Amino acid sequence: MERIPIIKLGSFLLVSIQVDMHDQLALQLQDDLTTRITETAAQGVLIDISALEMVDSFIGRMLGNIAAMARVLDAETVVVGMRPAVAITLVELGMSLEGVRTALDVEKGMALLAVAREGDRDNGYDRRSL
Amino acid sequence: MTAGACESLPVTTPDHVVIVRQAVRRHAVALGFSLVDQTKIVTAASELARNALIHGGGGEARIESLADGARKGLRLTFEDHGPGIPDIERAMKDGFTTGVGLGLGLSGAKRLSNDFHIASTPGVGTRVVIARWK
Repeated sequence: MERIPIIKLGSFLLVSIQVDMHDQLALQLQDDLTTRITETAAQGVLIDISALEMVDSFIGRMLGNIAAMARVLDAETVVVGMRPAVAITLVELGMSLEGVRTALDVEKGMALLAVAREGDRDNGYDRRSL
Repeated sequence: MTAGACESLPVTTPDHVVIVRQAVRRHAVALGFSLVDQTKIVTAASELARNALIHGGGGEARIESLADGARKGLRLTFEDHGPGIPDIERAMKDGFTTGVGLGLGLSGAKRLSNDFHIASTPGVGTRVVIARWK
């Protein structure tokens, strides 16, 4: 079956969506990511959508669901690379992706995840040693 | 106003929603739509095609290019023979949903279009026609 690959990068998971997803594929990604976060004890998830030419309410909802599920599993999610035309359209559609962190590109997204991790440590809280 | 190139596509499986999006993109590019306008009409098409599939039990999408003098546009028609919408006014409201979605499909598609028309008869089906001008 067709699947979006999930790559483990240190304590993060990286997903780069390179295809025009049908709804079933989006739901599959949501399930796969949740499973992988648990399996790998990942602390962050980076989703690169720079190849996506549109994000409709279904894909927007999937991104929100992934961020919410990851949060419950103690991982941060950052969505990176949204094209300007996609951002304009998404807001006009009525979706503001509340609760989803975004960054302009993969590099900035990685930096954001690293900072979130450091923040935990500075507070004397190493989530994986508990 | 004259209608030009026309294409009809079935909307009976989730794959068809993707095919409709890609066809709408192709027509919008051919008409010289800006990137933002392409994205808006493709996104509206995606919402309406999914509605026809999920709420209408499948249907058909028609893509037509329009010319009104020098003005060019794209008209999309989504038709299904599903249960219909008893209260259109309510269905058009943000957040109204009978399914598992966010209820942004109809209202969002309207915001992304220049013209929007919906007709629905309970027990007969629903037809949504939108147009976006260049």
